[in-house]
Amino acid sequence: MSSSNGNGKPPQQLNISELRTRLAEGDPKRVWRGLEEIADTDQFKEFVEREFPRTAPPWAAAIDRRKFLQVAAASMALAGLAGCRRQPIEKIVPYVTNPEGMVPGIPLNYASTVTLGGYAHGVLVESHTGRPTFLAGNPEHPASLGATDPWVSATILDLYDPNRSQAVLFEGVIKTYDRFIEDARAELARQRGTGGQSLRILTETVTSPTLAAEIEKLLAEFPNAKWYQWEPVNADNASLAAIAAFGKPVDAVYRFDQADVIVALEGDFMGDGPGRIRYMHDFAEKRRVRKDTRAINRLYSAESSPTITGAMADTRLRTLPSKLDDIAAAVAAGLGIGVAPGNLDEGARKWVAAVVADLSSHRGRSIVYAGRNASPRTHLLAHAINESVGNVGATVQLVTPVAAKPTIHGAEIRQLHAELSSGAVEALLIIGANPVYSGPADLPFGELIKRLRFSARAGMYVDETSTFCRWHVPMAHELESWGDARAFDGTASLMQPLIEPLLGGKSPLEVISAIRGEARTAEASVQEYWQSSTGLSGDAFVSQWRKWLHDGVIANTSAGQESVSASIAALGELAAPAGGGIEVVFRHDPTVYDGRFSNNAWLQELPKPLYKTTWDNAIAMSPATAEKLGLSAPVEGRNGNGAVVDVVTVEVQGHSIAGPAIVLHGHADDCVTVTYGYGRKLGTVLDAGNSPGYNAFAIKPSSVGSFGANATITRTGDQYNIATVQFHHSMENRAVARPTTLDDFIAHPDYVHHMGVHHAGDISMYPDRDYPGNKWGMVVDTSVCTGCNACVTACQNENNIPPVGRQEVLRGREMHWLRIDRYYGGNSLDDPETYHLPVMCQHCELAPCEVVCPVAATTHDHEGLNVMTYNRCVGTRYCSNNCPYKVRRFNYFEYTERLVTPIHNLLMNPDVTVRSRGVMEKCSYCVQRINIARKTAKKENRPIRDGEVQTACQAACPAKAIYFGNLNDSQAEVTALAAEPHNYGLLEEINTRPRTTYLGKVSNPNPDLGGQAKADH
Amino acid sequence: MPQIFSRSANIYSKASIPAAGVLLAAIFLIGGNVTPYTHRLRVAIDQPAPFSHKHHVAELGIDCRYCHTSVEKGPYAGIPATETCYTCHSQVWTNSPLLAPVRDSMESGAPIEWNKVNNVPAFVYFDHSIHIAKGVSCYTCHGPVDEMNLTYKENAMQMLWCLDCHRSPEEFIRPKEEIYNPKYKVPKEHAALGRQLVEKYGIQKEQLSDCWVCHR
Repeated sequence: MSSSNGNGKPPQQLNISELRTRLAEGDPKRVWRGLEEIADTDQFKEFVEREFPRTAPPWAAAIDRRKFLQVAAASMALAGLAGCRRQPIEKIVPYVTNPEGMVPGIPLNYASTVTLGGYAHGVLVESHTGRPTFLAGNPEHPASLGATDPWVSATILDLYDPNRSQAVLFEGVIKTYDRFIEDARAELARQRGTGGQSLRILTETVTSPTLAAEIEKLLAEFPNAKWYQWEPVNADNASLAAIAAFGKPVDAVYRFDQADVIVALEGDFMGDGPGRIRYMHDFAEKRRVRKDTRAINRLYSAESSPTITGAMADTRLRTLPSKLDDIAAAVAAGLGIGVAPGNLDEGARKWVAAVVADLSSHRGRSIVYAGRNASPRTHLLAHAINESVGNVGATVQLVTPVAAKPTIHGAEIRQLHAELSSGAVEALLIIGANPVYSGPADLPFGELIKRLRFSARAGMYVDETSTFCRWHVPMAHELESWGDARAFDGTASLMQPLIEPLLGGKSPLEVISAIRGEARTAEASVQEYWQSSTGLSGDAFVSQWRKWLHDGVIANTSAGQESVSASIAALGELAAPAGGGIEVVFRHDPTVYDGRFSNNAWLQELPKPLYKTTWDNAIAMSPATAEKLGLSAPVEGRNGNGAVVDVVTVEVQGHSIAGPAIVLHGHADDCVTVTYGYGRKLGTVLDAGNSPGYNAFAIKPSSVGSFGANATITRTGDQYNIATVQFHHSMENRAVARPTTLDDFIAHPDYVHHMGVHHAGDISMYPDRDYPGNKWGMVVDTSVCTGCNACVTACQNENNIPPVGRQEVLRGREMHWLRIDRYYGGNSLDDPETYHLPVMCQHCELAPCEVVCPVAATTHDHEGLNVMTYNRCVGTRYCSNNCPYKVRRFNYFEYTERLVTPIHNLLMNPDVTVRSRGVMEKCSYCVQRINIARKTAKKENRPIRDGEVQTACQAACPAKAIYFGNLNDSQAEVTALAAEPHNYGLLEEINTRPRTTYLGKVSNPNPDLGGQAKADH
Repeated sequence: MPQIFSRSANIYSKASIPAAGVLLAAIFLIGGNVTPYTHRLRVAIDQPAPFSHKHHVAELGIDCRYCHTSVEKGPYAGIPATETCYTCHSQVWTNSPLLAPVRDSMESGAPIEWNKVNNVPAFVYFDHSIHIAKGVSCYTCHGPVDEMNLTYKENAMQMLWCLDCHRSPEEFIRPKEEIYNPKYKVPKEHAALGRQLVEKYGIQKEQLSDCWVCHR
């Protein structure tokens, strides 16, 4: 394969300042995707214009003519033979005794719970004859309301991960679980004399009341033992502020559905934190623009590193992390709270003035939200502001902490390290936490753990920490265990096993009770806890227990209100984090989180929101910072379809890492973002040419909060081809995103029809059809789409879509049926607006793909679906060539077979064909779900009801941005939305009559800050 | 002596070699696809226990749904669990050697592995329940099951055969109450009745041959 794309001319280097000028002098309403597009070099044009840049021959090794003929002849012969084989007789294996309620072929749904960072997300698990295949949100669970996000959805892939640990290990040698329990009990016997003086337990954040009770029982037996928690992505800053402000730990729960003005200070409430899915839902509820909408909420955001929340902001302020305290103080001072306003520049002052004005006119109907990455001072100021404008008790509820043992994780990990170093600890039991990987850079744990007399780790993988522990115990997946957990608002829910532990894992509850010498099931522990906490017993308990399992929530368990008042005087107790030089912002990775998903191929391949990179973490910075550091701008398409970027080293307090530097528009200047979760190798997913990335924990010493200062950034001189999908499947910018402001929308509700190319008329050479029955259609509301990717992962899960690996993404062969295009708007290179556009098959009524298929594998059905018959497809790819939306995906390899080990077969959705090589595929509007609904309705001799068919993407969307239904049903929601004045189709001007249409993006910027109309009239 | 064959005969004789090949291939391909032999139609398949539908259906009068419980509920008709056999066979023929596999299964908890008689390819998403609901009888596709001592395949179940009915269901469907009746006689005025039933059951004929009714 040729490594260069095009005609071998040396790539044209881009000059960022020149591009900035070019953009600034151009059309202020321009919508663009990246630097390369603005530069519009010959090379980039060629990249976009080639229909199939990804069809470069895949041969890894050279093959000569003779060999080719041999292979071709052999495959011809085999192809002929295979057709003549009589199909072997298959077996049918019925049950011996039928399980109750089981109808083969019809899945059962069970309510359960999966956690992230300890906090519960309610799910409904679809189970096909005993194997869980799909995670949907539980509509009755407060943290989910029926939606999911990529982390929750992709948890099910971890269940079937063959790289999870499968055996109890003692110093690397397989031992039995009983031997481990014996050894642990012997250690406890030694500890009994001193009351566990040198015994420590380390867990991740625990919200599970039962697990906490079990640990407390152990601590009651060993009163001198200690229980620590370590969660690298933690809410320490919020806790420190709460302790200072209220004298005790207090959690805040927000009601975004009741807030008209929201101010987010480094606050990614839609992409971070235990309430993110609910908060996104509530935020979107106040932002649905319909023809008679006159008001929507307004979101202000001040942040350093762009997040999906910041991208939704109506007025976003780029700021250095060290300046955030001053901004928060200025807002507080503006509202009459007795603090000294910080020293702000012109832009920030204006922003603060607007915020102050809006907050004072929306008392009790606003929220000031400080995110996990805001400093404790900002948190305290946010509390004080919320109190002073009357939000506390209205939109902000202060409640008893949800965590079983609220703590400062940073302090606990330091203390544990100190105790390990001093030799005060002889026995350490670790459940889940991975301090060797995720611990602070200056606190190496490995050797300290290794020299302990007794060390044991229960974990899903034999990872960094396990290799230093004497014992490793495989931990069961949450879908294999009994348990419980609390959600962001304290609501408890039960976790029920959907399948026996596939790889023999044990749940934390089983391990703890076993080493306490009380061998019992996790189910018994959970039941005992809830019996004692509710005071129920016997039949009364059993009926409640069944109700809890059925509903997926335990009613009336949300956290109690705290009546506390913030003491602003405590501000003095909180140190202001020092800034200066180049600042480094630390974030969890938008897809692999803190590294726990680094062997999850769905999440590795999921394009990171805003970044649009896959399979790697990058060092993100603003165009101006890149320019200042002398980095060359990325060159798209020089080597395959990635972007070739410079590799830089980042040094913080003597610790350094190296990684690819990418330009992220909207990033604060003089500051770079690094993300956690990489630099490790858990299993085999990163084999085959996938780089492990860099480990951001390695440059975060314990003294550093959420950002470091005075970093040194140096070019290494190396370059790296990062697998970005930024320019894949380009529609070449033909007014596909259509943004405007609310004021403009009110004046011109049909503004979308004045953007883009004028639609010439409805003349077509294609046959016209009638759709007397159902007429399926979809509407995507781009005003509320946050680009969170929940739909993409849900689609991947529902439709058996294989991940393809970094090398294949570099060739542009990712298989996602649904992609989210990210566009920038405006003529500022440094601070553009951001728009998201989910694009899936548009199911054109006049579909260009259908007429070019030589074998009629893609055809039109009587309900207007553009249907794809896999077993007829011969792989000419003409259809993809002719698709203006670039939504068709081709299987270049047996991707599924590459991924699939026998255990993965269990994951596949039996209602959807697992496609093979050489077959074109695309979004089907979840036709399997339509078919199920159609059959149910037909059996009952009635039409399909509105809402009866929910596509996977629609159901997963926390913001409810996707609507699906029958356009012939005048009562259907989707019909009303299709008739909205701001409804438009992509590339309407080519008269494909797409069934998927979009609602224009309407934002609500503060007019005082110069929000201007976007459309021409 | 003059040559019997003219020079041009050489061409014919040479051409006959590939032509014979083509002819053979055609016979093989066409014949292979349509003959009962290739599809093993009406060939009884060995089973772990020699179950007779004729005995249970025709002689004892057991309804199809007694064993195939999910035929009205889901895609699969359902093969009876061993316990279903045991409802009677814990009382009758308790010592029959023919029923040893059933007893073994009940005792050991290991299921009986039956050999599949009727099979459609994996890319066909067939659903029994909707066919039953719309007046397609068991006997329409599975043949005279009530006369089968050992079960065999009556129809090859190729796409064209499916489409016969999907294109003109009025020729095949029955009144719902006759679906499980092995002795149903097609009435003389079937054409009129069929059209009536299509109307009554709300069958949308034009949709039935859309690809994604069966393939997805």
